Amino acid sequence: MGETAGSSVQNEPRGQDFEQVLGQSDARLARFEDRPPGLIAALQHGLHGNPTLVPVIVLVVAIAVFGLIAGGKFFSPFNLTLILQQVSIIGILAAAQSLIVLTAGIDLSVAAIMVLMSVIAGNLAVFMGVPTVLALLVAFAGGSAAGLMNGFFVTKVKLPPFITTLGTWSIFFALNLWLSGAQSIRSQDIDRNAPLLKFWGEGFAFFGARVTYGSLLMIAVFLVLWYLLNRTAWGRHVYAVGDDREAAELAGIQADRVLLSVYGLSGFVCAIAAWASIGRVGSISPQSFYEGNLQSITAVVVGGISLFGGRGSILGALFGALIVGVFQSGLRLANVDVLWQVFAIGWLIILAVAIDQWIRKVSR
Amino acid sequence: MSGQPILSARGLVKRYGRVTALDHADFELMPGEILAVIGDNGAGKTSLIKALCGAVQPDAGEIFLDGRLVRFASPREAQAAGIATVYQTLALSPALSIVDNMFMGREIRKPGLAGTLLRALDREAMRAFAREKLSDLGLMTIQNIDQPVETLSGGQRQGVAVARAAAFGSKVIILDEPTAALGVKESRRVLELILDVKARGIPIILISHNMPHVFEVADRIHVHRLGRRLCVIDPKTHTMSDAVAYMTGAKTPAGMEAA
Repeated sequence: MGETAGSSVQNEPRGQDFEQVLGQSDARLARFEDRPPGLIAALQHGLHGNPTLVPVIVLVVAIAVFGLIAGGKFFSPFNLTLILQQVSIIGILAAAQSLIVLTAGIDLSVAAIMVLMSVIAGNLAVFMGVPTVLALLVAFAGGSAAGLMNGFFVTKVKLPPFITTLGTWSIFFALNLWLSGAQSIRSQDIDRNAPLLKFWGEGFAFFGARVTYGSLLMIAVFLVLWYLLNRTAWGRHVYAVGDDREAAELAGIQADRVLLSVYGLSGFVCAIAAWASIGRVGSISPQSFYEGNLQSITAVVVGGISLFGGRGSILGALFGALIVGVFQSGLRLANVDVLWQVFAIGWLIILAVAIDQWIRKVSR
Repeated sequence: MSGQPILSARGLVKRYGRVTALDHADFELMPGEILAVIGDNGAGKTSLIKALCGAVQPDAGEIFLDGRLVRFASPREAQAAGIATVYQTLALSPALSIVDNMFMGREIRKPGLAGTLLRALDREAMRAFAREKLSDLGLMTIQNIDQPVETLSGGQRQGVAVARAAAFGSKVIILDEPTAALGVKESRRVLELILDVKARGIPIILISHNMPHVFEVADRIHVHRLGRRLCVIDPKTHTMSDAVAYMTGAKTPAGMEAA
């Protein structure tokens, strides 16, 4: 071929002899079909482009079905806002969890961080006479530090997030029992010494509904995080690191730094949940929310965020938390035994992950 | 080829334990040319390229960019200096959009506080820029610039990766096996793309095993053997069998001792 290379100067088409037929070939091959035939495939592609559609559809269907079964009781403004209140704490924890899951990690310590921070803020403000605002600032700093500690083990010591947070879950839980002496802080004591701690439990009436500030806080947390993840360079880097860490690093992203910031922010959000939980529960109990870690993962998974990282919208976790709340509320109003609520949530998780796998097949 | 090389290396050495991957290797890339780097498996091509793009740090030797001595601690630094690498794996995030991928790590931010403080993205500006760069390189058969990269064909992905490398004022582009995973037709488009980039005056280092492709687009061919540069040949005066003979050691270039 080397000898014939000079001939390309004479305006002949470039390329090898066997490739000359390409000129006559079907040019459409290079493009790709936007919409493959069939309704199912169209649905699959639609969901691939917009994975949050699944939880939205499930939520709407669940509301409709439980509305039919339980009737007016379910649709009452009081019940609908009660669901919002009930999911607000797990919802905020799910927001913190989503951040970690988007980086292909998992955080078993979110609820432990939250309870530990509520105990710290409560002890400082209620028993030690520290101004409430200062106590809350300590809790925010502590939550961020706890998150950064997870992040340190994940990025610098290179431990898998699952193992790291399994360890810190126990560590934070033990610290929390030690600091609190395994004693709850009673509601009356909080009211007397540090009423600001219960701010998020307050609210206003609205056509028979009771909207707490805590419910609004949950929605605000999700909106702020959505903005950060989708409209800032940092957010795109979080997705890139979760999607394909090596590719992100080759593109010039400092993955460890991004991961550290994600763990720190997640811990900060847990501290927000800590403040909100005091208002929601009324008291501060070191034994509360023991299942919160797993419930937050449930909300994230049901919300269509992929455990493999980099896929899904954080708003999905909000819908996931609401779906769980709607199921619990609907089944309760329909007088179904609690064990069947648990049963139903279990199937929801399996179904959600199965759908995620099916959607991801599009790209193969 | 005249003048000063834009990128050159002298006496690069890289050892991995008892294996010597680079044994006093030299390298020269002239402005505006396509230089192919060929060599048998294990000849040290990859180590050479990694040293040039900052992915590994040589144990000895010097690298010059534009005549200035440079030392890269990471691919980031090489990138900042103007050496863009399109890896064989492409280094694209499949779930992110074409725009997101093109700007990964160097996003355009909104003017004002939102941009500096929050690093908020100027998405319209990014879309417009990406669209312009992709159509420059004739890649606008891609209809939707917001679609995830994983929905693109192999050739389109390669196109996005090359466009990303060419878009940000790079002085040198390194292409690692750009046609290895592609079909006949897509390879053709990528080769056209390489020539397009060259026509813009950006010199290219092309690592490839595909002799017809190398001989078609390269201006000079760097033959790597046993950890060092064996010779540089002109594709117009040498045949593919010459090149293969040199790189496998079946033949020794005139004026050299047997390797």
